[in-house]
Amino acid sequence: MKTLKELEEIRQRTLESVNLRKDRTGARVVVGMATCGIAAGARPILMAFLEEIKNRSLKDITVTQTGCIGVCRLEPMVEVYLPGKDKVTYVKMTPEKVKRVVAEHLVNNQVVQEFTIGAAEKND
Amino acid sequence: MELYRSHVLVCGGTGCHSSGSADLIEHFNRDLKKYGIEKEVKVVQTGCFGLCEVGPVVIVYPEGAFYSRVKDEDVTEIVSEHLVKGRIVKHLLYHDSVDGDHEIKSLDEVPFYQKQMRVALRNCGVINPENIDEYIAFDGYMALGKVLTEMTPEDVIDILKESGLRGRGGAGFPAGLKWEFTYKAQGDKKFVACNADEGDPGAFMDRSILEGDPHSVIEAMTIAGYTVGADQGYIYVRAEYPIAVERLTKAIAQAREYGLLGKNILGTDFSFDLELRLGAGAFVCGEETALMASIEGDRGEPRPRPPFPAVKGLFGKPTLLNNVETYANIPQIILKGPKWFQGIGTERSKGTKVFALGGKINNTGLVEVPMGTTLREIIYEIGGGIPEGKTFKAAQTGGPSGGCIPAEHLDTPIDYDSLTAIGSMMGSGGLIVMDEDNCMVDIARFFLEFTVDESCGKCPPCRIGTKRMLDLLNKIAEGKGEEGDLEKLEELGEGIKIASLCGLGQSAPNPVLSTIKYFREEYEEHIRDKKCRAGVCQALLQYIIIEDKCRSCGLCARVCPVNAISGQKKQPYVIDQDSCIKCGACMERCPFDAIVKR
Repeated sequence: MKTLKELEEIRQRTLESVNLRKDRTGARVVVGMATCGIAAGARPILMAFLEEIKNRSLKDITVTQTGCIGVCRLEPMVEVYLPGKDKVTYVKMTPEKVKRVVAEHLVNNQVVQEFTIGAAEKND
Repeated sequence: MELYRSHVLVCGGTGCHSSGSADLIEHFNRDLKKYGIEKEVKVVQTGCFGLCEVGPVVIVYPEGAFYSRVKDEDVTEIVSEHLVKGRIVKHLLYHDSVDGDHEIKSLDEVPFYQKQMRVALRNCGVINPENIDEYIAFDGYMALGKVLTEMTPEDVIDILKESGLRGRGGAGFPAGLKWEFTYKAQGDKKFVACNADEGDPGAFMDRSILEGDPHSVIEAMTIAGYTVGADQGYIYVRAEYPIAVERLTKAIAQAREYGLLGKNILGTDFSFDLELRLGAGAFVCGEETALMASIEGDRGEPRPRPPFPAVKGLFGKPTLLNNVETYANIPQIILKGPKWFQGIGTERSKGTKVFALGGKINNTGLVEVPMGTTLREIIYEIGGGIPEGKTFKAAQTGGPSGGCIPAEHLDTPIDYDSLTAIGSMMGSGGLIVMDEDNCMVDIARFFLEFTVDESCGKCPPCRIGTKRMLDLLNKIAEGKGEEGDLEKLEELGEGIKIASLCGLGQSAPNPVLSTIKYFREEYEEHIRDKKCRAGVCQALLQYIIIEDKCRSCGLCARVCPVNAISGQKKQPYVIDQDSCIKCGACMERCPFDAIVKR
């Protein structure tokens, strides 16, 4: 038998997975998944985002895919849109980098400068 | 529960189900596996989206892409393009869901949904009805929790009374009062029951709620049990609704498993359980006393009231009986408060009403609008108007108990009282639109035939009276009408309304009386001129060959089953009216449109 508290827990947990179906206002994570992205390993990146967001029980974040972002040599690429802020493009992503982007950018609102396309261009 | 990047919602309501949505789901799952993205994309079967006209409907989130009339081969394309590559398949989108630049509009900007307000249907098409967790995610069972832990039965009754909610089954009796009567009735045992015996031809809102959001009814009935002091409830649902029965059965089992039905609900002392009772489909069993007789295992026949069910209902005990849609409103009223509900609708009719749009209308389907929305808004703005640019003639509300509303009343704000004032009624919410091709005598005959068939036969005014009315209508439709027939119909109708035992007979003459009231000249044409302007009443028609158009090909003579057509080369053919049986085969066959019916 469930108590009211357990009911609330089910609600929170399920809301995570169903509120995709509501109009979204929160952050959006877009993974470039054209042939180039997929070949460079974009799918594990996408899965890593889903996994990490679930583990941290973050709310109101959409993870979605898009086509070729255009700089195929820097794939896998990810764009993060926070409401009211400019988009941030991360390049050459790995599942480890995903963890930091989620922790620092999505949770604490601090852009991980060293992974961004700006930093990558400078190093080239 | 796992997180997914995309949800594919496939409508599993009866309409879309019968056009193959179950196969689509299988196909989606198969293709997702093929591309190895089954862990990223989730396929969910939901209840009715309301736009049955363009079913099967599939909506893909987070984009909110609304695919309509999805065929098996379209699934392959949606998966490979949209779900794998992220490119929305624009040519498969519902045409009204994209703007001029082919950008997707959000669902509430689509004309069909724009003017709607979904309270009773709030979860239909959003959640998976077979998964209790999804209902809970959208605040499900929170109202029950609030009632059981914070409120007394009197509090619940006060909220309902203040909200102004009226019964959605047709008569519009204030729900709060009904709950109060049952609460105050003396009795060692009480019952709660749900009328899901939706019998009006063309009405399917209750079915859609049960299919799309069964837990909302279960939650409301449990709240009702707590309020009136009942520990047992019955849902009386027709056996012809197999999907609704199946989902209700699953939902009840899930609620029991979570302890939301059964003993000591949510750890309190309150216990309540539900059972289904399947009706065999007799229309009269939607009448409350007949319904209760049927639940008890007796023949479904009405009995005189009083005593009302609140005093002496099921098994002679006080019983609260509400309709599906009434119940579906209640959890929201508890959660959002009576003030919120009161703010929607008109002076004396609060909240929203679901209508089943049918007949000559572009967007056949289910719509939910605030009370006070005009017929014009529903038919032209939400319903998309009348197909082929034909002219609106009348709208029939309330099914066989209601009446026809002519064009001059299109701007009447729809609520319980305004519909009664113009000779129709809210009924359960069936709304059938008719155009210039519909004959009003024929429409009245159709509905009366239905009630004659469905009359239980217990009281003579209904059993004999409606039959006599039908005889008169048949006579008129066959061209044998006489002066004075209309007056006889009116006299009979008024008598049957007063003298019948239950709501079936008391409302059965309405379709006839309202069409006579608004379309009297059409009846008179049938009687006096033996003419049916809509070209429906076969006996009043003649099939005629237009001489100028006839090319003497002889095709008509060859298809005529009774050899009524004769002619020879280079001369127009002729139909012998005495032997013609008016089957219309010649008109269909003629390649030159030279045959007309007048």
